[in-house]
Amino acid sequence: MAFLMILPSIIAIAIFVYGFIGWTAFVSLTAWTGIKPDFTFVGLDNYVTVFGNGRFQTNMRNTVVFTAFFLVTCLVLGMLLAVMVDSRVKGEPFFRSVYLFPMAISFIVTGVAWRWIFTPGSVPNDPTGVNLLLQRAGLGFLQSNWIADNRVIPDWYPDWSKTKLGVPMAMVPVIIAAVWQMSGFTMAMYLAGLRGISEEIKEAARVDGCDELGVFRYVTLPLLRPVTLSAVVILGHISMKIFDLVVSMTNGGPGNATEVPGLYMYTQVFSANKIAQGAAVAMIMLVLVALLIVPYLRSSVSKEVE
Amino acid sequence: MIVFAIFFLFPIYLLLITALKSFDQVSLSRMWDLPTSLSFESFDRAWNGGDGVIGMRGSFFNSIYLVFPATIFSCLLGSMNGYVLSKWRFPGSDTLFTLILFGMFIPYQSVLVPLVQVLRTMNLYGTIPGLILVHIIYGIPITTLIFRNYYATVPTELLEAGKIDGADFFGIYRYIMLPISAPGFVVVAIWQFTSIWNEFLFGLIITNSPDKRPVTVALQNLSGSQFTQWNVQMAGALLVALPTMLIYLFLGRYFLRGLMAGSLKG
Repeated sequence: MAFLMILPSIIAIAIFVYGFIGWTAFVSLTAWTGIKPDFTFVGLDNYVTVFGNGRFQTNMRNTVVFTAFFLVTCLVLGMLLAVMVDSRVKGEPFFRSVYLFPMAISFIVTGVAWRWIFTPGSVPNDPTGVNLLLQRAGLGFLQSNWIADNRVIPDWYPDWSKTKLGVPMAMVPVIIAAVWQMSGFTMAMYLAGLRGISEEIKEAARVDGCDELGVFRYVTLPLLRPVTLSAVVILGHISMKIFDLVVSMTNGGPGNATEVPGLYMYTQVFSANKIAQGAAVAMIMLVLVALLIVPYLRSSVSKEVE
Repeated sequence: MIVFAIFFLFPIYLLLITALKSFDQVSLSRMWDLPTSLSFESFDRAWNGGDGVIGMRGSFFNSIYLVFPATIFSCLLGSMNGYVLSKWRFPGSDTLFTLILFGMFIPYQSVLVPLVQVLRTMNLYGTIPGLILVHIIYGIPITTLIFRNYYATVPTELLEAGKIDGADFFGIYRYIMLPISAPGFVVVAIWQFTSIWNEFLFGLIITNSPDKRPVTVALQNLSGSQFTQWNVQMAGALLVALPTMLIYLFLGRYFLRGLMAGSLKG
């Protein structure tokens, strides 16, 4: 009886998640290019092509850069906001709501707004967006081409790589927009963690001679480690899948400087008709996400059972 | 604290002041200045279209038309699954639950190719019902998770009492669980409404004609071209953000609960 009630959902998930993943995996091993399906088996050829491809290497570089900066900034800012909100200053609910509201809007809205903020205009005399603000503040030397900046810093180009290694400068505005959207969520996670730490433990540390900084360093921070782990997993998997925000802010440009695997897969399959190669990219994304999520999922569910 | 609040609010300031300027007031060198007089021209253009702009009104109603059935059905399925997986556990039910949960973390790119093929054969490709179906199915993991956690807090004694009174499996669900499920439904419905309204990738792939687009895809098209009427773009962005912002303002508490449930450790 019980099983009957969840059967429709089980069938739907079995087909639309696991069946479809299996089918994508199969397609990634075929020669399917063009409108008409072509299931000639080619083994791992598509993966070899994709990994050897400069454009996909650029994608991977961007994912690494995006993930690193996005994660660290979100964690630091989220922790800072949580500690500030937790200190119960006046107007705390207001500030908490302000920090969290970007979570309720679409990445596309975020992208449209931030794209305009980071549209450079003509530097230095006729700037727009943030460049205009910098000019008015007398900080004109900080002006930059932002989303149109095609520099890669430090522009390291070793023999084994088919792409310039470093931070693509046009990615910086995208990271800022992503942090704007997601750091409130990190704050909410840390806030829940902070509120779970009993006052007695902190008091005990104070009795032992810790000052407030010491309490934070030796009591609060270690107790927040599980929250940090959760945040790393959740934010990390989001950044591996990031798509909407990149599409609406840079659409992968200038050139392919800010393209990410999710966008590359989309253009391969739905514009270039390289279905099998797109499927291979999708499978690589899935494996990366699974490596992060599966251990986390298993530990979460088994902990609950105890 | 105030510095951070400014960082979080200034994009909204820019959206508002730009969208409220009339066309002849829009000038790039004054983009950060307040409008000298209020004008709703930009909203009119973003909503109704004209002068080379495709209005977003049709897309807005597409999104309305798809978000309600998708939310309602994914809530119902989630509630049923949550009931079974929390109160009628069977051997392997935790593994099954983990397998269902995995579905909410996958990159949807890994299902797009077969999804399009299957929707084509079902004659649902390019249609709003097709998009509704997709949102219902991929909403199952998160709705199941939230309801399972919610029902886990219901004391088992309540179910035992129901059994003694002669209620069977469905009777307990119908007469004991559902009547106390309202808070769970509110959390899940708000979460689903917000995610489906804001969703972009499925909308982009599944609706191939302009008159079927959801609102996020329409906004991206409005701003994606080399089109520089920033005030119309900003008005469009505000229109897209409006429904979920209103929900956040009035029901933010429930939104936060859905958000924390999604991280599995709330």
